[in-house]
Amino acid sequence: MNTLFDKIWDAHIVDKPEGGPDQVYIDRLYCHEVTSPQAFDGLRARGIKCLRPERIFCMPDHNTPTHDQDKPITEPLSKTQVDTLERNAREFGLTYYGMMSPDNGIIHVVGPEKGLSLPGMTIVCGDSHTSTHGAMGAVAFGIGTSEVEMVMASQCILQKKPKSMSIRVEGELGPGVTAKDLALYLMMKLTTSGATGYFIEYRGSTVRSLSMEGRLTLSNLSIEMGARGGFIAPDETTFEYLKGREYAPKGEEWDKAVAFWRTLKSGDDAVFDREVVFDAADIKPMITYGTNPGMGMPIDGTIPAGTAQKALDYMDFKAGECLLGHKVDYVFLGACTNGRIEDFRAFASIAAGRRKAPGVTAWLVPGSWMVKRQIEAEGLDKVLEAAGFEIRQPGCSACLAMNDDKIPAGKYAVSTSNRNFEGRQGPGSRTMLASPLTAAAAAVTGVVTDPREFL
Amino acid sequence: MKQKFDIIESTCVPLPVDNVDTDQIIPARFLKATTREEKFFGNNLFCDWRYDREGKPKAGFVLNDSRFGGCILVAGENFGSGSSREHAAWAIAGYGFRVVIAKSFADIHKNNELNNFVLPVQASAAFVDELQAGIAADPSLKVRVDLPAQTVTNLVTGRTETFDIMPYKKYCLMNALDDIDFMLANKSKIESYEKSKC
Repeated sequence: MNTLFDKIWDAHIVDKPEGGPDQVYIDRLYCHEVTSPQAFDGLRARGIKCLRPERIFCMPDHNTPTHDQDKPITEPLSKTQVDTLERNAREFGLTYYGMMSPDNGIIHVVGPEKGLSLPGMTIVCGDSHTSTHGAMGAVAFGIGTSEVEMVMASQCILQKKPKSMSIRVEGELGPGVTAKDLALYLMMKLTTSGATGYFIEYRGSTVRSLSMEGRLTLSNLSIEMGARGGFIAPDETTFEYLKGREYAPKGEEWDKAVAFWRTLKSGDDAVFDREVVFDAADIKPMITYGTNPGMGMPIDGTIPAGTAQKALDYMDFKAGECLLGHKVDYVFLGACTNGRIEDFRAFASIAAGRRKAPGVTAWLVPGSWMVKRQIEAEGLDKVLEAAGFEIRQPGCSACLAMNDDKIPAGKYAVSTSNRNFEGRQGPGSRTMLASPLTAAAAAVTGVVTDPREFL
Repeated sequence: MKQKFDIIESTCVPLPVDNVDTDQIIPARFLKATTREEKFFGNNLFCDWRYDREGKPKAGFVLNDSRFGGCILVAGENFGSGSSREHAAWAIAGYGFRVVIAKSFADIHKNNELNNFVLPVQASAAFVDELQAGIAADPSLKVRVDLPAQTVTNLVTGRTETFDIMPYKKYCLMNALDDIDFMLANKSKIESYEKSKC
């Protein structure tokens, strides 16, 4: 009761049908090429249009190659899917940021950086990592394609109101411990179903001290705890990030908006359905050893006894094993989890003055063209090139390997992405999830390495 | 596929694995389709567990085991975690499953099943464990799922449980209606909401 989640959700109720889910108004719908074509087909079959086309933003990101984006996509199915999104966006009068558009990138990177995702909003997309936008102080969650069609048709969604959960983290994160490690730690503690049925509000001094990029990483991973979404009440960090962004309010409207946004917080008397508290001092750099993101441990830890044998067999690891020094074949920096400017700064802080280890293939993929331009403006591309790395063109890339960036079967990757499921990064691929710092430490040594050695 | 749902009696396919994620149900490389051909997705259900790299069926995976069949899939904890891809629900429906019984479901996938007229039945661990053991011992074991009564029954042991479903969704399933039919009938409320926010 009286949580920020209640306030935002309740302010968007259009109707409460008897015995049914709430009919919730949606401020922003994002569409990418993978989960939208069947929704557009559905509208055509019903002979209807999008009710509020101005609230819908489309961009391809999953299939886009990370090189030669100025040329047609060579893989025919990927090309068809991307072309289909463009055609649908045009037909239905929706904003479209195509490949090579300076506005293109991963939808969950582009939304916040353009100021499209704002505090107090309801935001959905046919993508589970829509929870990312919660960092802006919005209620944002992933939906299926039938629900995408529903939102296109009515700008509303029928949804049972989730329960509310407070995750409070207090204290200072240690050196080399990032928002990604915090999230991996929470997943280890809560498991991948620990927050099923809940919407998370992240609170406490640790969360407040995170940068906007860090908050986006943390909110992004809410779904990996099973939560519908996770968000952080907006504050000065949020307002400072948003000010001047393309779709953020301007002038007098800005002042009015900020005044409203300042009211967006849980009441002192707020009652959550569930509350958990963690101490930042307990968190070390983390790495996963298994086949779901909850199977993580401190980087200097050992794989717990009792780990599912199916996962150990897939990874070719043993219970009791420490991963430090384990060979790494691939390093992936990017994804909606860690494809922002701060992630590239972190990676470069370790890569600078060192060399990529021979035998490591590294894919450094900015989350958007805006991130890529910022990397170049800060000269990070030169630093990374001097260390033997190449910055690729933006997209989801090896996070789910729908383009050419696939980790080969049996190979080990340290990835800054969000999922280590069997075959996620390519059939047979073996993924260890970690922070950009840990990824960089692996990239320059060729083995799993504690990033604190480089601080 | 829109179809009316009331009572189903069927043998079961056991999949006693926890945390089955939607990447396993339908791997990402099958998400490039731009149409909703359930047959295509059904043919690739659990593809990487079901077929080797040459496309030959893997012995030992339950969908390749001729002893087991039927339109009820019995899973473990946290079924359908991970990606929101509705293609996972299309694959389950396309294969011919009409019910998934599990100890728990991931939220988005559960909605996706309901929106595709596949009924997710959350049962107790005791019920599911007994059922898994029962199917392993006797693949001809049948389960009765009664949506109007909201009960699931192991027809060998007679153990029966009630399950939860939102009344609205139950109505949709029993009458083969989808959410959009409902929403389009509610347009005036959407417009008055928008006016109130201006």
